[in-house]
Amino acid sequence: MSYTFMGYRRPDGKYGARNLVAVIPSVICATDVAQAIVRQVQGTVGYFHHQGCCQLPIDLTRVTDTLISLGKSPNLAAVLVVSLGCEGTDVERLCDEIAATGKPVEVIHIQELGGTSRAIQEGIDKAQALVMQASGLQREETDISNVIMSIKCGASDTTSGMASNCVIGYVADKLVDLGATVVFGETTEFLGGEHILANRAVGGYDGPVGQKILEIVDRMEKRAKAIGEDMRGGQPTPGNIAGGLSSIEEKSLGAIVKSGHRPIQGVLEYPEFITDQKGLWIKDAPGREPEILTGMAATGAQFMMFSTGRGAPQGFPSMPVIKICGNPNTYEHMGHDMDLNAGRIITGEKTIDQVGEEAFELMLKVLNGQMTKNEALHYFSTMDIYCLGPVI
Amino acid sequence: MELKLALKVDDLDNVATIFANGITDGTVVAVRDKKGNHEDIPVIGDVPYGHKIALRDIAKGERIMKYGECIGAASADIRKGEYVHVHNLEALRGRGDL
Repeated sequence: MSYTFMGYRRPDGKYGARNLVAVIPSVICATDVAQAIVRQVQGTVGYFHHQGCCQLPIDLTRVTDTLISLGKSPNLAAVLVVSLGCEGTDVERLCDEIAATGKPVEVIHIQELGGTSRAIQEGIDKAQALVMQASGLQREETDISNVIMSIKCGASDTTSGMASNCVIGYVADKLVDLGATVVFGETTEFLGGEHILANRAVGGYDGPVGQKILEIVDRMEKRAKAIGEDMRGGQPTPGNIAGGLSSIEEKSLGAIVKSGHRPIQGVLEYPEFITDQKGLWIKDAPGREPEILTGMAATGAQFMMFSTGRGAPQGFPSMPVIKICGNPNTYEHMGHDMDLNAGRIITGEKTIDQVGEEAFELMLKVLNGQMTKNEALHYFSTMDIYCLGPVI
Repeated sequence: MELKLALKVDDLDNVATIFANGITDGTVVAVRDKKGNHEDIPVIGDVPYGHKIALRDIAKGERIMKYGECIGAASADIRKGEYVHVHNLEALRGRGDL
């Protein structure tokens, strides 16, 4: 069987599930101007991160690269960059590389324009023109193989590994079999399960991909240990522990279920954008929501499937997030935030495959334009960029 | 009466996860595995929804298994039916002291 969805065709040949204009501050110091523009102009979203200056060069490059990848997202019709004028990120490269995809890119510089109010006025005018131009675009039918699904679990409990993550694993396998792309991450939550993932790597445990998986887990574990602190107390989180997860190993083993069963093709670095890679991929990102949602949106994923047990409500500005809830009690309690009840697997009413098919159908609707619950509630403003070094 | 259900994921597991509310000391839960086998086990301790019990006696230092994989080690002797969580299970990964 073949599947299609209705997407917005972009000049680079990719298809978006949304048709937004992103207002991107190049540095935290440009945030207030960017926020004022987003408040005023319908159809815009903002990436209100906290980076972009007084950081080590490796991180400044990383922030620039991540903002570029976000700007390339097929869910964006156009981009307005808001620069202060003295930041550490490379604004010229930011604009040039997004514009190379063929989409319209505009930029304003706050210092050059004469400050806040003038920059806001100029930004509103530019954003208004961009959204009016974008609003005329029509959806076109395209094959499901043009989909990139990102996946994550958050506010997990013991139902996650037994219900909601199994449902996402079902959808992941089906998408990979249909020729699409699936990306998962949360390297911290591979601890204790990395041998299972390495064995699933193309080329096997001892091959370059298998060894790379072990390397990124080791890197993450060493980074936590280097502070001389115990990861316990931070991972699993107090909420995970209250939900019955006793150790990072137990959390990890439940978490990796959401990646399904297909071979792992490779590991992407945090800012990396997917060009034409198909199949199942790992993105090296920590588990915390603002940072991993950003990393996943930076792959160019049109949407995310997000598993939760205790009830995580948030989404991402330019990427619809479908919440699959594994805990039947939470679904009953927080139904306005949860898109699908996988708790029926725990109560024995449905099988994993049955709820998996429901999740797949819901995914097609969301790709075609149906809002997720977090989108309807406008619960998607928190995001951030995962950096390696200190603020200096 | 609501079924007091606990699930054992893999044959190698020595703990099961309870998916029922109101489990107190002495409540009998029905532990099921994927093959449909089941064993009634009286619970030792009050166990919240989604938390685990031991399926057999586990000696201090022994590995605790779920999903057929190690999720930590027993930090105390654990009896069959006893509540298993951070008070008697310690992670072996991501630690600053190992």
